[in-house]
Amino acid sequence: MGLIPYIMNQIAELLSRSEALATQTGQSLSTISRKTLKDGKGLARLKNGGQCTLKTIERAFAVLLELEHKAGMTGTTAQTPANPDRDGQLTHLQRLEAQSIHIFREVVASCENPVMLYSVGKDSSVMLHLALKAFYPAKPPFALLHVDTGWKFKQMIQFRDRKIKQLGLELLVHTNPDGIKQGIGPFTHGSATHTDVMKTQGLRQALDHYKFDAAFGGARRDEEKSRAKERVFSFRNSAHHWDPKNQRPELWNIYNTRVAKGESMRVFPLSNWTELDIWQYIYQEQIEIPELYFAAKRPVVERDGVLIMVDDDRMPLEDGEIPQEKMVRFRTLGCYPLTGAVESTATDLAQVIEETLAANTSERQGRVIDKDGDSTMEQKKREGYF
Amino acid sequence: MPDSSTSQSNAKGLFQSGTAKDLLRVLTCGSVDDGKSTLIGRLLFDSQQIYADQMTSLQSDSKKFGTQGSDIDLALLVDGLAAEREQGITIDVAYRFFATKARKFIIADTPGHEQYTRNMATGASTADLAILLVDARHGIQVQTRRHSYIASLLGIRHVLVAVNKMDLVNFSQHSFNTIEEQYRDFAKNLGFNDITCIPVSALLGDNVTAASQHMAWYRGRPMLQHLEAVELSSQMDETGFRLPVQWVNRPDSGFRGFCGTIASGEISPGDEVMVLPSGQRSHVKQIVTMDANLSVARRHQSITLTLEDEIGVSRGDFICSTDHLAGLSDQFQAHLIWMSEKELFPGRSYLLKTCNTTVATSITSLKHKVDVNDLSHQATKTLHLNEIGVCNLSLGQPIAFDPYGKNRTTGSFILIDRMTNETVGAGIIDFSLRRASNVVWQDIEISRNKRAAQKQQKPAVLWFTGLSGSGKSTIANLVEKKLYDMGRHTYILDGDNVRHGLNNDLGFTDVDRVENIRRVGETSKLMADAGLMVLVSFISPFREERQMARRLMADGEFIEIFVKTPLEVAEARDVKGLYARARAGEIKNFTGIDSEYQAPKNAEIEVDTTSSTAEQAASQIVDYLEKEGFLDFDENP
Repeated sequence: MGLIPYIMNQIAELLSRSEALATQTGQSLSTISRKTLKDGKGLARLKNGGQCTLKTIERAFAVLLELEHKAGMTGTTAQTPANPDRDGQLTHLQRLEAQSIHIFREVVASCENPVMLYSVGKDSSVMLHLALKAFYPAKPPFALLHVDTGWKFKQMIQFRDRKIKQLGLELLVHTNPDGIKQGIGPFTHGSATHTDVMKTQGLRQALDHYKFDAAFGGARRDEEKSRAKERVFSFRNSAHHWDPKNQRPELWNIYNTRVAKGESMRVFPLSNWTELDIWQYIYQEQIEIPELYFAAKRPVVERDGVLIMVDDDRMPLEDGEIPQEKMVRFRTLGCYPLTGAVESTATDLAQVIEETLAANTSERQGRVIDKDGDSTMEQKKREGYF
Repeated sequence: MPDSSTSQSNAKGLFQSGTAKDLLRVLTCGSVDDGKSTLIGRLLFDSQQIYADQMTSLQSDSKKFGTQGSDIDLALLVDGLAAEREQGITIDVAYRFFATKARKFIIADTPGHEQYTRNMATGASTADLAILLVDARHGIQVQTRRHSYIASLLGIRHVLVAVNKMDLVNFSQHSFNTIEEQYRDFAKNLGFNDITCIPVSALLGDNVTAASQHMAWYRGRPMLQHLEAVELSSQMDETGFRLPVQWVNRPDSGFRGFCGTIASGEISPGDEVMVLPSGQRSHVKQIVTMDANLSVARRHQSITLTLEDEIGVSRGDFICSTDHLAGLSDQFQAHLIWMSEKELFPGRSYLLKTCNTTVATSITSLKHKVDVNDLSHQATKTLHLNEIGVCNLSLGQPIAFDPYGKNRTTGSFILIDRMTNETVGAGIIDFSLRRASNVVWQDIEISRNKRAAQKQQKPAVLWFTGLSGSGKSTIANLVEKKLYDMGRHTYILDGDNVRHGLNNDLGFTDVDRVENIRRVGETSKLMADAGLMVLVSFISPFREERQMARRLMADGEFIEIFVKTPLEVAEARDVKGLYARARAGEIKNFTGIDSEYQAPKNAEIEVDTTSSTAEQAASQIVDYLEKEGFLDFDENP
């Protein structure tokens, strides 16, 4: 979620904590202001509705934290997120993490042949991290499956292979052989056909081939309206179809994992996470994600208002279209011709999160697929798209 | 990964304040017309959780589906599935997320119609707080009662009553106060810890995220501020440490870790624990996580425990603190919410799944169903979709559990159809129907409260007094039948079953009459102690003896019922021909003829058999019991 009031909240917190510090130590507010904002009148300005950048606030908080420590005011600061904080209350990230781990374990304890769909993006990275946690010190007792459409960013594939090797996990890669034979691609066949054949059908082929009865996916309920009603354990019939009107009720943390032969479950451990939660967790846990999420000079062309990266020479350039080097990054990763870049200068995680916090467009905005029609996603899901 | 160390340290403070929020799970319930989706849309909109592209899509949707004319329809932000949008109603549980500086919120948005009771129960099962919408124009409705009951049943202890559409009642303080008063009166027995009423206009935004400009008379907080500040009481989940073992982690022969999510309490290395159902004891060796071994772990954390001793532990077991053990049983009374189009078949074998195990079960008796609109009990042979009933369950093997009122995680289950694998019902455990047999871990003192609780009722002694032939026994029999039909455990003591046995040594002298009543009084006391509702039907002519009987019972348990019939009327009826024989001198010391009857002066109930039928009199008595709370059941005496 783009938190426009986030900075306002931060300013409010900075002010209240600075005032508390002033009361505690007897220092004047302008002294504290000079130390935290390098400007004696800074706090006063903020108090009168003034604004500042997130960077300035970050720095101010870092200094303030030290001052508070010196003044013995540790109680006002947040606790280390790795431990339960005040009153034994877990933070929301700890709660989300625990719920996700519970879901992973439930599948492994009650399904015969689970698999984790791994799409290399940030959500997959978080999901993988949670899977490692859920089964530590053992390795996750299931393979990873990547449905490769053949049009993923090159860097994604490199990242994937390096990561899997580093962790010593089993990776299954499936590309729809029919699609390859017919030469299906987004440029020649359009996004709808390409996604249907290479992604939806490719996924079904792989699930049928390996006879998986449960497949973890990284979808979140906050991504899109029709996902808000998706279950954590989402039942699919033997044709992989999802019936939104006939979903199993899900109460408490009790999940009905039973399926008949040929039927399967899609399981979404990240259901209750938001985009911001994902980013905060990546930051907190220092989870490695592909370089494409960070701004760098990349060759892009602008089409229908979307910046598309020219990732390889399969991309047909239209007359007069010349790829331009721009500082861009990606908010989501998928097939490069279908994934819009955003112009950005955020080259590290903190900056990316800062931009995310201030963003006023949702992350799916860069996805060409969602724009085909308003209920497109629901339609695709009924047919078996993840 | 590009991540310079400097920005990392600078950002530390930022992310600490950003990540150290807690989580509040909220249920919203209300019918289509209450403006629920509009309210949630307003919360998201006003707290600026809406992205520009979503706004654009909202504007185009509003033109297409909106109900607000040319204005944007905030409800469309939350009504997800295409079918719902076409019908303009919310048909499923949808989850929404937003965060403020103080908290992250997960909203379970559920439909309010009776045919969606199952959806509401689903949303309620994980919620800490319920927002109940009430239309200011209509006040407390049947649906408000239904929503409150379901929220209460599913263990929600915090309620926010949003009196919506205040703009349509001219922001009238009087309207609001009336509704608040009505609601508090209605909800006083539902076990909510706190009820907060807020006058709002979701359409205009009054008192949603910011204080209303139109209702200066309202001094409380706007909704969002209340949601940010409300403190969750820890009344629920007050059982000791419970780790329902979900999975056993055995990467190699050297490591055996027991994985699960802590359902209550906390644990540290060195703590003594007991495993249920085996009853084996050990001590916690380590709390293993990928980050580091923990020194303490608490409720909601998903952990891996290792134990000092090699004892058998598997999925379905509980690891408990030794001083607060979970129960163990294979027979339960439970509330059941039916969730399937196919009705319940008592006697059929279903699968029962708890937080960590699945066992076979069948419903051995269906006691009654609850009318969710007026909370009355009705006898029934089955449950249909969205119906809630109370039943006894028998399980294929014992499971560890806590009553739901004490722990929502370890007191809940779902029922699964064996053939279709459909989730057909959700249940909450009221109590075990028997003590466990194979582990002795604590001395349960069986108190009178426990005995009564087992029968799910309050004991009472209904003392019918009146002349011979006044109709005491007829009425008492009718009352017993009514109570029996309501699933109560009862017994009638009257001359027929007492004087022929227990009191067959007594005659009808005054002394014998006193002793007769003393024995009957003591017997009914024992029966009340056993948890029964006892109906005593004796002439009991003397005030003093009735008073003595009253003193034997616990306060409030003795209900004196004066069956008032003038002597002439009783004598004219003379069903058994006794008056004629007494008049003829064949029976001595006959009350009313040659022995005194002292009419009660302050009987709890007086029934006049000259102006009402026996059936009416019986109803009058049952109504009294209902009104005085004798038919309510306190699950935690």
